[in-house]
Amino acid sequence: MSNIRELNADVIRDAVETLCIEANTSLPVDVKAALDKAEAAEPWPLAKETLGLLQKNLCVAAQQELPICQDTGMACVFLELGQDVHISGDLHAAVDEGVRRGYEKAYLRKSITADPLQRVNTGDNTPAFLTVHLVPGSGCKITVAPKGAGSENMSRLAMLKPADGVQGVKNFVLDTVRQAGANPCPPVVLGIGIGGSFDHCAALAKKALLRPLDQPNANPYYAALEKELLDAINATGFGPQGFGGATTCLGVSIEQEPTHVACLPVAVNMSCHVTRRASREV
Amino acid sequence: MQYVLHTPLQKSDLAPLQAGDTVLLSGVVYTARDAAHARIMELLDVGKELPFPLEGAAVYYVGPTPERPGCAIGAAGPTTSGRMDAYTPRLLDLGLACMIGKGKRSAAVKASVVKNGAVYLAAIGGAGALMARSVESCEIIAWPDLGCEAVRRLVVKDFPLTVLLDPHGGDLYESGPAAYLASVK
Repeated sequence: MSNIRELNADVIRDAVETLCIEANTSLPVDVKAALDKAEAAEPWPLAKETLGLLQKNLCVAAQQELPICQDTGMACVFLELGQDVHISGDLHAAVDEGVRRGYEKAYLRKSITADPLQRVNTGDNTPAFLTVHLVPGSGCKITVAPKGAGSENMSRLAMLKPADGVQGVKNFVLDTVRQAGANPCPPVVLGIGIGGSFDHCAALAKKALLRPLDQPNANPYYAALEKELLDAINATGFGPQGFGGATTCLGVSIEQEPTHVACLPVAVNMSCHVTRRASREV
Repeated sequence: MQYVLHTPLQKSDLAPLQAGDTVLLSGVVYTARDAAHARIMELLDVGKELPFPLEGAAVYYVGPTPERPGCAIGAAGPTTSGRMDAYTPRLLDLGLACMIGKGKRSAAVKASVVKNGAVYLAAIGGAGALMARSVESCEIIAWPDLGCEAVRRLVVKDFPLTVLLDPHGGDLYESGPAAYLASVK
């Protein structure tokens, strides 16, 4: 038992506070790099101009300490928690308090309604949406990925038939992009879950959005599928903001899992050009 | 083409606009989104006065972040307009001239835009910091209990917008991608 590491929940609270602010005011380097690359390659004048405005927005946000986007999102918090860590204090309360402090301190928008049908704003952007993954060791990595509703609302899940196969998955992903149109603020980023159970599939899609855009799936089959889907989405011609152009999507990440012999679940978690995440080890 | 427009808007000012044109809008713009629209409908149902006059008005679908001390507004990019579709034709019939947001509208909204000689303009989605630069002042004029969804009166200067739906039935979400695809064939 001497290998157990004690971690005070206050440390997690303070990290969550900082990460909420960092994630909402600066773009991850991989997303910025994908935007730079797309802007340089974009052949359609209005699209290039629109991508330029997105770049300008990032500069204004940095200069004026403003959030990049007014929808500062649901605070999705992910913990990769070593199984040799013992947390002293209440983890959920600490994460919520970190969100409360971060959103208040940095003038971020409070977008959470206490009840899905009775719609009363909680006023402090809590509760956080916390996912804990237990991993070997004694580390604790915290990621805050604020998620806006414009893109979240365009996400979809389908229980396909195994006979639908990879073509069924491709059709579903492209239909999802077509239905979404300009609502999720293209150029979009797609997190895709394939396999698992109904609930795991949705979680896989969300998890896929945490992977840097310059890091393809480790499995060559799925890496090739990511590339194929990216090209197919960009061939729609929707372009930045749906005004037309070559840049509709900045990146596609797939996470896959074993599934039942009778199942082929697929989930698309839609994200936008402001795909935000910030991480730190505590 | 780029047009310079001031509110309140005359329908004759909007007539020349075509999907894909850009607009620099100055003057008063009112904010309203889901919850405010629902309350506006309740007021109309009982014949009560609205928080702002609809005739010639521009409505921006936005829920800004809280402003820092000394700033007019926080980040203020558009929200998805389609959520307001159910309410929109009634407001257009009552004189609403301009809607600012992002995303496709229903067939009923498109028809109502043409019928009423109104326009639907795009602000850049996800560019909340950039859009905020054009806002000179912001005050809550109704329903502060709605928080970010309260109705605000904004004074904007050279607010940069793009025409999505024009009074002649033009739709940039159809013509824009089609023109790009034709260019790469």
